[in-house]
Amino acid sequence: MSGPGPRLVYLDANASEPLRPQARDAVLSALALSGNPSSVHAAGRAARAMLEQARERIAACLGADPAGLVFTSGGTESNALAIAGLGAGRRLLIGATEHDAVRAAAPGATVLPVRPDGTLDPATLDAALSESERPALVCLMAANNETGVLHPLASLAALCRRHGARLHVDAVQAAGRVALTMQSSGADSMAVSGHKLGGPKGAGALLLAGSVQGFALSPSIAGGGQERGRRGGTPSLPAIAGFAAACDAACADLARQEVLAVWRDRIEQAAVEAGAILVGESVTRLANTACLALPGRRAETQLIALDLAGFAVSAGAACSSGKVARSHVLEAMGLGTLAGEAIRVSLPWNAAETDIASFIDAYRRMQAGMARLPA
Amino acid sequence: MRILVAMSGGVDSSVVAAMLVAQGHEAIGATLQLYDHGAAAKRKGACCAGDDIHDARRVADRLGMPHYVIDAEQRFRDSVITAFADSYAAGETPVPCIACNQGVKFTDLLGLARDLGCEAMATGHYVRRVETVSGPEMHRPRDAGRDQSWFLFGTTRDQLAFLRFPLGDMPDKDAVRAEAARHGLGVAAKPDSQDLCFVPDGSYAALVETLRPETALPGEIVDRDGRVLGRHDGLARYTVGQSRRLGNAAMQDGSRQQVVALEPATRRIVVGPRDRATETEFSLRDVNWLIPAPAAPLACQVQLRAREPVRGAVIDGDRVRLDLPALPAPGQACVFYQGSRVLGGGFIRRAA
Repeated sequence: MSGPGPRLVYLDANASEPLRPQARDAVLSALALSGNPSSVHAAGRAARAMLEQARERIAACLGADPAGLVFTSGGTESNALAIAGLGAGRRLLIGATEHDAVRAAAPGATVLPVRPDGTLDPATLDAALSESERPALVCLMAANNETGVLHPLASLAALCRRHGARLHVDAVQAAGRVALTMQSSGADSMAVSGHKLGGPKGAGALLLAGSVQGFALSPSIAGGGQERGRRGGTPSLPAIAGFAAACDAACADLARQEVLAVWRDRIEQAAVEAGAILVGESVTRLANTACLALPGRRAETQLIALDLAGFAVSAGAACSSGKVARSHVLEAMGLGTLAGEAIRVSLPWNAAETDIASFIDAYRRMQAGMARLPA
Repeated sequence: MRILVAMSGGVDSSVVAAMLVAQGHEAIGATLQLYDHGAAAKRKGACCAGDDIHDARRVADRLGMPHYVIDAEQRFRDSVITAFADSYAAGETPVPCIACNQGVKFTDLLGLARDLGCEAMATGHYVRRVETVSGPEMHRPRDAGRDQSWFLFGTTRDQLAFLRFPLGDMPDKDAVRAEAARHGLGVAAKPDSQDLCFVPDGSYAALVETLRPETALPGEIVDRDGRVLGRHDGLARYTVGQSRRLGNAAMQDGSRQQVVALEPATRRIVVGPRDRATETEFSLRDVNWLIPAPAAPLACQVQLRAREPVRGAVIDGDRVRLDLPALPAPGQACVFYQGSRVLGGGFIRRAA
């Protein structure tokens, strides 16, 4: 067996945030409950109370009505449920930089190109919505997972309303990192994921706005009619309890993001000095995310070199095969070959300042040590 | 030392990884994803499909070593699959495994190893690397039944210096499987890979015909004098030395015929008597020397096909003069040996 590797510095929060201690406590408390929330007896009622309390806490954090909150297994399911449940019979329009969770759930959708800075031009959406009288469902991410770039949601939502289109917002990366509420987003539905806020993996939610009549949604899984008939199956109470505790903690600590922004900028400055090109820096974006392209260096090799040095970062979206695929997000932004040469550094809620300095050191060494691609 | 292990997910490269870890090296596993495994998933016993990537990762997990999947789909398509079809369309019989070893494996993967600060790269090939005062030599392996030296003639001396082939001294496959079992590797009983990994159903001709449709067009079978003896159903299905699929042309004047040449320009297949080899001289392209390139003609042995005994020859630049006539197939490799040692080799050119 090989010996213990170097200490791992985890800078891949956009893939999954480290578990928050409040979430760990909540999970452990929930694990102690035997009851099924659907059961009639006292044990069932206790589980039910915990489930509903979690629903209320998350709804409060995100400015939503608890009655419109549907628990799911995570972001992918929430997005798919929204598209199937709210998009039925409608035209589908999605942004070019959406996550695969949306792209795969909307195979026939019209893809809206983005500007080189990664944002969607309201004029582009306006033109697409004007093309047909048929009502549409528009799916846009609040914040991009690879670049952190935020779409101008308020003006895009207003356009959707004017055209009678529904807007579904994938808020998986934005929730808990920027002040975002159902109200402020103008969305008809919003997808969030527990583990991207520092909860455990396996729980997420689809939030429905009052504009969705009776908060009703035809289920993808009917099962025993749980979640008011919108998502069958016994909810994963430990994961949901952890999700709620993490959501509380994240929303109460948004000020932390200002600290992360300072550290992120420090990384970016050092990267630029080492020859990197910053992606998305000219627009409003998440405070924790840096997308660094090194011309002539394959993202894959950068990633492996940093991993071997003990630093966890990523490139493109995580692919289940483990290979590093070319980033469709960066391609949509017109970055050409740079799309295969960028890594994403995303600072977790518990990043330490010393980690920033050691990452910068490792990045410089990686940059200096790695041979350039043959021309 | 830090060493990259090219892991296919098969038993051979898994054992290499286990041996290096056991020796205390910092072994890093890398598996090339060579093609979309969705299309090839139904394929068993070939390397680097989805199941094989999974197996490689599980072996690395078991050994406690890092492992990465390298996307080489585009490079593999361009440098191996497309070249394979182009070669058939040019009337040759290509050896895609050689193109793959020279390209994605010993160029791209080896480049990654250097970029990662590795001191060497190890593979599960059956070939021996012998360290001498004048540098490393490549030799046939101890297990003659698994000899892969013919497929590795294109290895440059620079690459050979960096490469390690720990299985070269294994007595036989049973010993390799026993080693896998001893390390508790789940792949110990996995079947060997066979045929071409990127051909989903074993029908390489269908793939060639898809990429180069002209190779599916029928044409004439003629003798050396141009006499039409029959018809064929596409050049993709024929190779020099072949006796099958000749139909009416298979027997002439009581002697069994074989393909002696493919002529893509006229789409004709030339046949001649099977027992009569006629060529004693031919030329090579892309000659690679694992010794300093000889200034004078060099007498040695050559091997003209993957599974074939060696024959005496003299190499003079890119010309090969055989002691006795044979039937060299354009596109195949002519590998030079001295005893067990690989001296170099090249690809057989079509006669002008």
